[in-house]
Amino acid sequence: MTKLNSKIPEGPLAEKWTKYKSTCKLVNPSNKRKLEIIVVGTGLAGASAAASLGEQGYNVKAFCYQDSPRRAHSIAAQGGINAAKNYQNDGDSVYRLFYDTIKGGDYRAREANVYRLAEVSNAIIDQCVAQGVPFARDYGGLLDNRSFGGAQVSRTFYARGQTGQQLLLGAYSALSRQIKKGTVTLYNRRDMLDVVIIDGKARGIIVRNLVTGEIEKYFGHAVVLATGGYGNAYFLSTNAMGSNATPIWRAYKKGAFFSNACFTQIHPTCIPVHGDFQSKLTLMSESLRNDGRIWVPKKKEDAEKLRKKEIKPSDISEEDRDYYLERRYPAFGNLVPRDVASRAAKERCDVGYGVGHTGLAVYLDFKESIARLGKHVIEERYGNLFQMYEQIIDENPYETPMMIYPAIHYTMGGLWVDYELMTTIPGLYAIGECNFSDHGANRLGASALMQGLADGYFILPYTIGNYLSAEIHTKRIPTDAPEFVQAENDIKGQLDKLKNIKGKQSVDSIHKKFGKLMWEHCGMGRTEQGLKDGLSQVPSVKNEFWNDLFIPGEMNEFNPEIEKASRVADFIELGELIMKDALQRKESCGGHFREEMQTEDGEAKRDDENFAFVSAWEYKGESVEPEMHKEELTFEVAKPSQRSYK
Amino acid sequence: MDLTLKIWRQKNAKAKGKFDVYKVSNVSPDSSFFEMLDTLNQQIIEQGNDPVAFDHDCREGICGTCSLYINGRPHGPKRGITTCQLHMRSFQDHDTIVIEPWRARSFPIVKDLIVDRSALDLIIQAGGYVSVNTGGIPDANAIPVPKIKAEMAMDAAACIGCGACVAACANASAMLFVGAKVSQFALLPQGKIEAAERVQKMVAEMDRLGFGNCSNTYACEAECPKEIKVTNIARLNRQFMKAKVCAEKYEL
Repeated sequence: MTKLNSKIPEGPLAEKWTKYKSTCKLVNPSNKRKLEIIVVGTGLAGASAAASLGEQGYNVKAFCYQDSPRRAHSIAAQGGINAAKNYQNDGDSVYRLFYDTIKGGDYRAREANVYRLAEVSNAIIDQCVAQGVPFARDYGGLLDNRSFGGAQVSRTFYARGQTGQQLLLGAYSALSRQIKKGTVTLYNRRDMLDVVIIDGKARGIIVRNLVTGEIEKYFGHAVVLATGGYGNAYFLSTNAMGSNATPIWRAYKKGAFFSNACFTQIHPTCIPVHGDFQSKLTLMSESLRNDGRIWVPKKKEDAEKLRKKEIKPSDISEEDRDYYLERRYPAFGNLVPRDVASRAAKERCDVGYGVGHTGLAVYLDFKESIARLGKHVIEERYGNLFQMYEQIIDENPYETPMMIYPAIHYTMGGLWVDYELMTTIPGLYAIGECNFSDHGANRLGASALMQGLADGYFILPYTIGNYLSAEIHTKRIPTDAPEFVQAENDIKGQLDKLKNIKGKQSVDSIHKKFGKLMWEHCGMGRTEQGLKDGLSQVPSVKNEFWNDLFIPGEMNEFNPEIEKASRVADFIELGELIMKDALQRKESCGGHFREEMQTEDGEAKRDDENFAFVSAWEYKGESVEPEMHKEELTFEVAKPSQRSYK
Repeated sequence: MDLTLKIWRQKNAKAKGKFDVYKVSNVSPDSSFFEMLDTLNQQIIEQGNDPVAFDHDCREGICGTCSLYINGRPHGPKRGITTCQLHMRSFQDHDTIVIEPWRARSFPIVKDLIVDRSALDLIIQAGGYVSVNTGGIPDANAIPVPKIKAEMAMDAAACIGCGACVAACANASAMLFVGAKVSQFALLPQGKIEAAERVQKMVAEMDRLGFGNCSNTYACEAECPKEIKVTNIARLNRQFMKAKVCAEKYEL
């Protein structure tokens, strides 16, 4: 068994990062010019990393599958970004943000990483303000904050319901500045399909040019993956249509370990599924839970009538409403963490209190806050979300409560990385959502933006130098080197194989079926039997995919069906690993709820004795079982306790 | 719903394009416009043909990837939304819907309904940023910003860079896009320092890329899915004049 070396610096928790920064190796400016770095993905993590590395003087190549780096899915993040500024004088601190994040992640994250995240959070806000990000402000001109789930302080900075957009445009503008300066070269509409390993180190990537269909090869002294999460394995999720796991999955197949695959986050406030034709789910920001109250009817017959549209929600009197989050969790109320809120919604719907025509929805009601604050305040805070809701559901949420239901949103699992954010392949880094490191088994709201920007602006630019300082004598490797040619031929072979199946079904129809299998067997509630059933069905889905798929059009042209096919092939394999990981983790923690493991009142029951570890799966070859390694988690400061929000 | 679709098909940038007619039936009024197109593409694929290529990604109205000229209007008949937010309940049963790509000299067609909008990225690269490096920044609250200015900057910053303003404009002008970015920074103390240089560089790049001039028809504001106001164009003009008249010279 390989020993995973997390490379956590010695010393007290609060001093580790300072010590690391002052002792890590540096690359001098004239050598930086000779070093090339590939960054894949231009979301918050990728754009901020590429821009910062370019500013330092490295030669950066940035890749994205979109037509412009500004379109990465970080843009859709709504609610906000956390930081420990304590501007509200409400008792916040770096330690408290660290503690909330560790606890929110149900004690399945690495203490040192999370502390560092909390530590750099304040610099992110300073950076973004300097870039011209128009955060919300008070009348005195200072920055405003709101509250998010899992915290009792107000530490979330926001720009209306478009915080992700504004932060991404900030990082995009910094990136654009470097592109103009020539330190960063942008390659848009490129799908990364493989990482090239030479003498055990990551030295480049293979991409498909999505416009011409050509396969292209690029060299880098180091490769950084910032390619986001894998929620689309479930078909229906809040991810963008193009969000995919192919870069991290191909890296896994080249030797990077994959961690905590089963830690997927189900977001409680999404617009419910309404039909078979549906292509994606839309999130309604968690920030709505600041002012909205979640309820279902107390009486089953009322729920029944609501489902049949015989009565309206406003016909239910106050005493006949069950504000179940406020009832079960008086201390945190509607602001419990996402995993807790999602399970509570599922529980109510499963026992027959759900509303909407499917019975799979609960109400999020703003009546009281509109009465208390006035419609204009609610409009100022959430106007764009209300408008988005009305477009989709055709109901006015200022007048009737929103209907919401949990959906796949974020993936805490991802490539295993050490303290320096390097994967088990030397020279290959993973930052942002595509790594596993900071959120444990459940991510708190407004922490994804924080992590993406922390990794890209303030962590990777230090840690990558520690590796590259030993690479200053490595000459650029021409892309006709045998390893590049081999990787290129492998990819061409895989694409030809897909194209030549010549079956009958479209990619989407198989993806839809597989997504349903994942949701049913490895969704909000998981059982040993369910997971085994799910796993037993994977071979037949694979069989269907590899024998009955049909891809129209040509290989050497703009062909979205080929893009989708190679992504879905990876989702199916990854889905299998998600279920395997869920099966081995015989405990409930965060977003991973094993129904066998719950307390008497239905809360998640962790098993610290046997499962206080990070799973790290090693690929062993096709049709060979992957091997699971463990990184034991030790908690020196935040001692694990039963997570209670009561 | 049963619908007839007239869709622009064009194999690549060089090929000649034409309208093809398609029928789709049993479309749910609750489905989105793209879900309707997904259904059409599913049909086309089942017949072994090449599906219609269109740009889309987040499908929640924020990434700016989607485009489409629908019945002669960018992002379709409803105000203040993108095509991905458009739902079929905005149409009538048995309607004929005409779907075309953005048409502008600076946006060459890639395939079918997809155009190349990298010109907008080039304009941002010319100066759409505040020139600060990562790190060494004073505290975020060191410079207070009047709430009203922050709100106005946010109104301008809401631009999603979809290019509907260019597509709507008879002159294919990008003034609303440029005006929004120039305004965002001109309104904030952080962006003021480089304001004169920025506006001149961005306008020069816009002209170089072949975008037309503004002739005040306000079509851009009417079609902008984020309802960005033409007052941003007025501010752009003021900033530009001020820079030309008052600012120190710099090398372009």
